[in-house]
Amino acid sequence: MKPASFDFLCPETLEEALAVLAEGGGEARVIAGGQSLVPMLNMRLARPALLVDIMRLEVLHRIETSGDEIVVGAGVRQAELEAWPSLLRDLPLLAAAFPWLGHVQTRARGTVCGSIAHADPSAELPLSLLTLGGAVSLRSRKQKRRVKANDFFIGMMATDLAEGEMIEAVHFPKARPGSGYAFREVGRRHGDFAIVACAAVADDSGLRLGIAGVDDRPRVFPLPALNDDQFDDAINDIAWSLNARDDIHASARYRRELVRSLGRETLKEASRCRA
Amino acid sequence: MPRMNAARKHPVDFTLNGRTVLAEAENRMLLSDLLRHELGLTGTHVGCEHGVCGACTVQIDGKPARACLTLAQQVRGSDVRTVEALSPDPAVLSPLQAAFRRHHGLQCGFCTPGILMSLDALLRERPGAGREDIREHLSGHLCRCTGYATIVEAALAAAEEQRKEEKPNA
Ligand SMILES: Cc1cc2nc3c(=O)[nH]c(=O)nc-3n(C[C@H](O)[C@H](O)[C@H](O)COP(=O)(O)OP(=O)(O)OC[C@H]3O[C@@H](n4cnc5c(N)ncnc54)[C@H](O)[C@@H]3O)c2cc1C
Ligand code: FES
Ligand code: FES
Repeated sequence: MKPASFDFLCPETLEEALAVLAEGGGEARVIAGGQSLVPMLNMRLARPALLVDIMRLEVLHRIETSGDEIVVGAGVRQAELEAWPSLLRDLPLLAAAFPWLGHVQTRARGTVCGSIAHADPSAELPLSLLTLGGAVSLRSRKQKRRVKANDFFIGMMATDLAEGEMIEAVHFPKARPGSGYAFREVGRRHGDFAIVACAAVADDSGLRLGIAGVDDRPRVFPLPALNDDQFDDAINDIAWSLNARDDIHASARYRRELVRSLGRETLKEASRCRA
Repeated sequence: MPRMNAARKHPVDFTLNGRTVLAEAENRMLLSDLLRHELGLTGTHVGCEHGVCGACTVQIDGKPARACLTLAQQVRGSDVRTVEALSPDPAVLSPLQAAFRRHHGLQCGFCTPGILMSLDALLRERPGAGREDIREHLSGHLCRCTGYATIVEAALAAAEEQRKEEKPNA
């Protein structure tokens, strides 16, 4: 299938990009790596009047450490962050999540921010950002604002992004010594979207379990230190508190079972890494 | 850069298999269609146009990528390589292609150009790559005929040859 027609613009400055996004109303759309948008264009699920290609804007092409955060600009492709030399030290959760994120061939083109903007409920990067307690920098012609991941993902492929606004960068909290991280996923083929994915963090403030693929957006649950019996009850409560549904990939019941088993494994692994 | 109108074709200049190309494409044209229909390079196959099957995989700036998920206009100024570039002479197969032939790495051959482009990029980036790397690269491809085992064997054989070439006296 082929995309419907659209105008195309490849701005030379960020100001120009923001100006056309502001003028375009809802009809103008950012294209980054195209790994989710082009399939949607091909299937005509999306029919924007104008595409704004942001990949030539050098200012968006940056991976930086700023205080206790790693800032990843909107021009950074997934494969670039995956190959970033400090990834394992500073973002071990992402290092564990990347092999699950599509394929070598899609990571070569897809951007980190594009995946966050797309907000698929089973996607690895939104889950990781949420579990780490990260944030998103949004920019429009009129204003700049920073939104916590917790407030950014609002539903099935729905975010707090307003008309005329784009993601300028995402902020991942840097790993602290003595914290543990783990990521697990079950999918139909390695590299396909998760049926259920779990991310866990163990640190001074306790345990956090993030879950994708079950509800309409990723969810995160704090857990206190618990003995084994309490732990089983807690994770069972989590499984039932999510709005699991049947679809062609799996039943709601199977998803709840995956939450229990993968959840347990990721939390155990994160706790072990801490020690 | 001005806004490019949907109704017209616009120039796309890039490097294709080592040569400079100046083509024209509508904004909505996919790289896979530009290669096949405008430039006549039909070695790049098209299966799904969803990014799932991998048949259309080419190399963009040295990395394997889906031609069906890339707009022609997005490759302006890039270096694109297709399966036609693998052997310098139509009568000679590249070492990777020859290994596919020896190990029966293909049956109908529909998936083969894409797989070759992924594996070629892998072997260039990680000479002598091992089984795990090869399987990881193959996970982005669907082959309906061979069950992958012979493809993995072919890629391992090519990697082994490459290792020997790198260290002729080892
Ligand atoms: C075969 C295949 C398998 C895949 N498997 C997975 C998987 O397992 N897990 C996974 O998470 N994803 C997967 N994906 C999806 C894909 O890799 C990501 O969603 C994708 O990389 C998104 O980033 P992009 O840069 O390509 O965004 P694009 O496709 O260019 O854009 C996606 C959406 O985000 C918007 N957007 C992009 N950048 C910005 C920005 N800076 N500001 C505002 N809006 C923006 C676009 O307007 C569009 O709506 C898969 C894709 C394919 C083809
Ligand atoms: S045709 Fe491009 S991935 Fe199937
Ligand atoms: S050889 Fe027929 S699809 Fe792979």
